[in-house]
Amino acid sequence: MIDITSPDFWSDLGGVLLKGTLETLWMTSVALVFTILIGLPLGIVLVGTERGRFLEAPFGSRAFGTAVNRVLGFVVNLGRSVPFIVLMIALIPFTRFLVGSFVGTGPAIVPLTIVAIPFFARVVEIAVKEVDGGLFEAAESLGASRWLLVRRVILPQAAPSIVLGTATTITSIINFSAMVGVVGGGGLGNVALTYGLQRYSWVHIVAVIVILFAIVQLVQAGANGLARRVDHSSGRSRAHAREIDEAERVI
Amino acid sequence: MITIDRVTRTFDGAVRALDDVSIHVRRGEVFGVVGQSGAGKSTLLRTVNALERPDSGTVTVDGVEVTALQGRRLLEARHRIGMVFQHFNLVSNRTAVENIEFALEAVGRPRSAKRDEALEMLDLVGLAHRADAYPGELSGGQRQRVGIARALASKPDVLLSDEATSALDPDTTRQILALIRRLSRDLGLTVLLITHEMDVVKQVCDSAALLEQGRVVEQGPLLDLVRTKGSRLAHDLFPLGEAPELPGYGVLDLTFAGGEAERPTIAMLARDLGIDVSILGATIETIAGEQAGRTRLAIPGEPGVVERAARFLGEQGVGVEVVSRP
Ligand SMILES: Nc1ncnc2c1ncn2[C@@H]1O[C@H](COP(=O)(O)OP(=O)(O)O)[C@@H](O)[C@H]1O
Ligand SMILES: [Mg+2]
Repeated sequence: MIDITSPDFWSDLGGVLLKGTLETLWMTSVALVFTILIGLPLGIVLVGTERGRFLEAPFGSRAFGTAVNRVLGFVVNLGRSVPFIVLMIALIPFTRFLVGSFVGTGPAIVPLTIVAIPFFARVVEIAVKEVDGGLFEAAESLGASRWLLVRRVILPQAAPSIVLGTATTITSIINFSAMVGVVGGGGLGNVALTYGLQRYSWVHIVAVIVILFAIVQLVQAGANGLARRVDHSSGRSRAHAREIDEAERVI
Repeated sequence: MITIDRVTRTFDGAVRALDDVSIHVRRGEVFGVVGQSGAGKSTLLRTVNALERPDSGTVTVDGVEVTALQGRRLLEARHRIGMVFQHFNLVSNRTAVENIEFALEAVGRPRSAKRDEALEMLDLVGLAHRADAYPGELSGGQRQRVGIARALASKPDVLLSDEATSALDPDTTRQILALIRRLSRDLGLTVLLITHEMDVVKQVCDSAALLEQGRVVEQGPLLDLVRTKGSRLAHDLFPLGEAPELPGYGVLDLTFAGGEAERPTIAMLARDLGIDVSILGATIETIAGEQAGRTRLAIPGEPGVVERAARFLGEQGVGVEVVSRP
């Protein structure tokens, strides 16, 4: 049992929470970077290799495109359907191979990344599918390379959606990061586990909940703001365009 | 400049979108393909820059058989062919000038030249002052100007237009058509445009083809079509409406084109044959730079009088069609 009337309790609490928060932010950030690096191209290739799309025949081979699409689709679906706790355990040999150990905060980043990649790839896939088909046609008519199509058309158009999906991805990485305490990973989840569950400190539990809630709110607010800044296809401007039309007619 | 030779395209083994279509577009002319929705116009246009591959037949642009091209060579051929779209197809999250820079990047223009050349293109279509506006902040007409500037940024020889004015109001349509006409003249462009509106053909085209259920019904220079007896395009270009029932009268439809339009043919008919002609309807316009039009006459009296009038007018070089006899 813990004595919340002791002065030590409160000074300890601050340090524990700060350490937990930093560990959570660290795990989430590193996992996010790798998730985007791998998930973004994965999602684009996943859509592109569909029949009738811009990558249906990479290196001139339609069969290759179909094969890539099938394999990636299968991997993504597999990744999404395995429960995190099972995935984490199943990945132990892989994690050990990659970073030399499977216990602790650093190694916990590996399963966190692996679970987030299919999720993020799906986010990208949906965002890319929302891009108006006419834009692909226009790019094709201009004789643009696929690389240019991706950089100058797909990414700017899909950006608002991807930014919002990134916020959701961050939220789920934070969610999953609470579970890595089981394999000795740190973070706020671990605080809740060791102080809340094992020592019955409701103060820790409440504090962890409040901090996680605040992080998620901040992430969401930041994403909303950023998405608005990269999105220029709003109704506001359409109303504005009508005004210009009227003005032109007068001239 | 563009030769479409016996092109056939069938979708899903059922819909025959193009059925043995052959069309020839001469260098420097504005050629219009008209037809109802679903006639196969877009499919036809898209074979010219190989966005659509025909099942059989060939398309040749400036001596290059585009239907045979693949990969790198195909991209290069597309750099010589610009295209504008009904719904503009601009990247809405990039500014007007960035949309045009995209076309320049596609042809590999160096970074340093890109912005200046894009601004030049915007200036050409009268939009230099809106360079940093996003498409959502522009009117429909302005967006299509950006679309045209983008299509022409790589200095192509050919411009394809898929219903470029169908989403625009009549005033804006006129402005855009005038712009296309001006650019085609100034830059020596060959333009192939498709439309379902006869007015568009009337305003900008030198030649036209009528497409119906994937087949070319007629084609040729507009003035030749107007002179062709029974031409459906000529009828659609100059609609006179349903012929009225007039007991005791015969009705003639006359078609004038070029010099004939300026001669007092009807006055001569009244004077030389002594017939009391009434004009029931008339439409005259300038197409392909010349006067052309149709006039509907009512001729009183016996069938013989009507025949005589028709023969007289025919001898004056006017197209004559006997709509009804007394
Ligand atoms: N990608 C496609 N798949 C199946 N059918 C198509 C496709 N594109 C066009 N069609 C069909 O071909 C016919 C001609 O279409 P289109 O060329 O778009 O006509 P238009 O432009 O004259 O309206 C229509 O019946 C249309 O449904
Ligand atoms: Mg069409």
